[in-house]
Amino acid sequence: MNQRSRWWSELLVHAALLVAVAFALYPVLWVVSLALSPGGTPSPRAIPLPTAVSLDNFRAVLGTHDTAGRWIFGRQLFNSVAVALCTAAASVALATPSAYALARMRFVGERGGMRVLLATQMFPGVATAVPLYVILDGLKLLDTRAGLVLVYATTALPFAMFQLRGAFEAIPRELEEAAMVDGATRWQAFVKVILPAARPAIAVTMLFAFMSAWNEFILAATFLSHEEAFTLPVALQRYVGEHDAQWGRFAAGAMIVSVPVMAVFYAVQRHLVGGLTAGSVKG
Amino acid sequence: MAAVTLRGIRKKLGTAPILRGIDLAIAHGEFTVLVGPSGCGKSTLLRTVAGLEEPDEGTIHLDDRDVTRAAPRDRDIAMVFQSYALYPHLTVRENLGFGLAIRGTAKTDIDVRVAEVSRMLNIEALLDRYPREMSGGQRQRVAMGRAIARRPAVFLFDEPLSNLDAALRSQVRVEIKRLHAGLGATMLYVTHDQVEAMTLADRLVVLRAGAVEQQGPPLEVYERPASRFVAAFLGSPAMNFVTAVMGADGATATAEGLRLAVRPALPGSKVLLGVRPHDVVPADDGGIALRVDVVEPMGFEAYAHGTVGGEPFVARLDGSVALPKPGDLLRLTVPKRAVHRFDPETERALSEEPG
Repeated sequence: MNQRSRWWSELLVHAALLVAVAFALYPVLWVVSLALSPGGTPSPRAIPLPTAVSLDNFRAVLGTHDTAGRWIFGRQLFNSVAVALCTAAASVALATPSAYALARMRFVGERGGMRVLLATQMFPGVATAVPLYVILDGLKLLDTRAGLVLVYATTALPFAMFQLRGAFEAIPRELEEAAMVDGATRWQAFVKVILPAARPAIAVTMLFAFMSAWNEFILAATFLSHEEAFTLPVALQRYVGEHDAQWGRFAAGAMIVSVPVMAVFYAVQRHLVGGLTAGSVKG
Repeated sequence: MAAVTLRGIRKKLGTAPILRGIDLAIAHGEFTVLVGPSGCGKSTLLRTVAGLEEPDEGTIHLDDRDVTRAAPRDRDIAMVFQSYALYPHLTVRENLGFGLAIRGTAKTDIDVRVAEVSRMLNIEALLDRYPREMSGGQRQRVAMGRAIARRPAVFLFDEPLSNLDAALRSQVRVEIKRLHAGLGATMLYVTHDQVEAMTLADRLVVLRAGAVEQQGPPLEVYERPASRFVAAFLGSPAMNFVTAVMGADGATATAEGLRLAVRPALPGSKVLLGVRPHDVVPADDGGIALRVDVVEPMGFEAYAHGTVGGEPFVARLDGSVALPKPGDLLRLTVPKRAVHRFDPETERALSEEPG
């Protein structure tokens, strides 16, 4: 009886999970299927399996050239990579010391500052699109990678600070006290002991900032109007225009954009899990 | 090696006083143990000496040097933390050499020093391991090694053994004592464990609520506790207390079968008598009547717990004789010199009994 009811509950759990997995994977499978189907238009089918397999769409997207014959896809890929890397580097470089201060020091405006940071997270990013456009225009930074990095890094900063503050708070205070008794200045203790101990958290935060910049579309589409300044998400969107929808190329482009990020995630995930502080203090 | 002198150390946390005017002089090479219940301020005092906390008032001198406001790194002290606080991303070798490296010691000198310390502590086989790859006992050793490698003027220990299991704890305790003898260094050691306090200390400092309650050589403090607090804190099981009433002659107090000559006082006034469980002797009749409810046999000895005149009372018995059973009435006598006398109001020890 008991055995049987356990069997049933197992079955129900798995059934529920399978439904959830199917729900999550179905659109992805459609994208894969579209990307591999020759021709541009999707045929309405229930099961996303391509009738014929071809890599034409991938070839077309990767080999996109502009009217002047320049390899525009390469240019846009570089834009995306450069913007995402600079966003990750800038936001983490700024968030790390400020998060450390928030985690370890008491100062005027500490709590108020945290609240303001939290408040900025409550507004949808689009709400700031117009003022940001005006600012970037004034700074002559529209259609530039620098302008985009500036916007992305400032939006990624509060989240990065929250994330890292939590990480620093999880590092035992004794570690830096030990370093300071051993002869380190506060700065040396931070650089030689705390930063290495926080390395996994810093890596995760960087990855997050990188991905948010890599995937961002709305602001990029607002601030960029020249093809050679586009990041990949903006370039992709142009495949699905008002008069002409090249769904196959769009899908192939979507895969090209997401596969590298997935690869990075798989590569670093084992570093993300285990905390580096294991074993430093009794636990 | 250095002498440590604390004068009038006061510190508040918010409005709550943590240290209430501590004066302490620790001589060159002395092993001083700060002991007291949790919250008595002993760790704060140690951290103040380390420079991790700043006192609100008072001064700290290492020898003649005023280090009250000096940064921890400028004090020439080393500290062993309760949690060990080993650097997680460094190997044992790098952990041991960290303090030397950061002070710019030459690489070859560091290697020599690390080799020396690891031999001393028997951790040579662990040098290339990371903290997470070691047991608690091994980490504890490395934490001590890190302190020793620096050859500091003063060693500070903040409850270094409290995360070890009982067997390991007594083993490392002996080792610390041996280290102290070998290094001859000034050591300041914080613990709430009275066994560590008694066995390690050259001088015992009992803290209570941020003030020194009593200090002196451990045996002296044990044998002549200055207050009920100290008497109850040192010794396990803890001292028993019975309230006695002065007889009509004004010089003899009686309580539950104890009769004792004490300093003359008004007939009918009260005096608190303290008796250590180890000082009672079973008797055929007379003496104190202990109503036993629990017996703890330890093999070589046994503890009989019960009540005397309604108050809890514990007696140590020889393990080789027949033990009482719960419900038995045990007759005990106490040698007069083993009875401690306290004022029931102030709880301070009363001076020597007359004659």
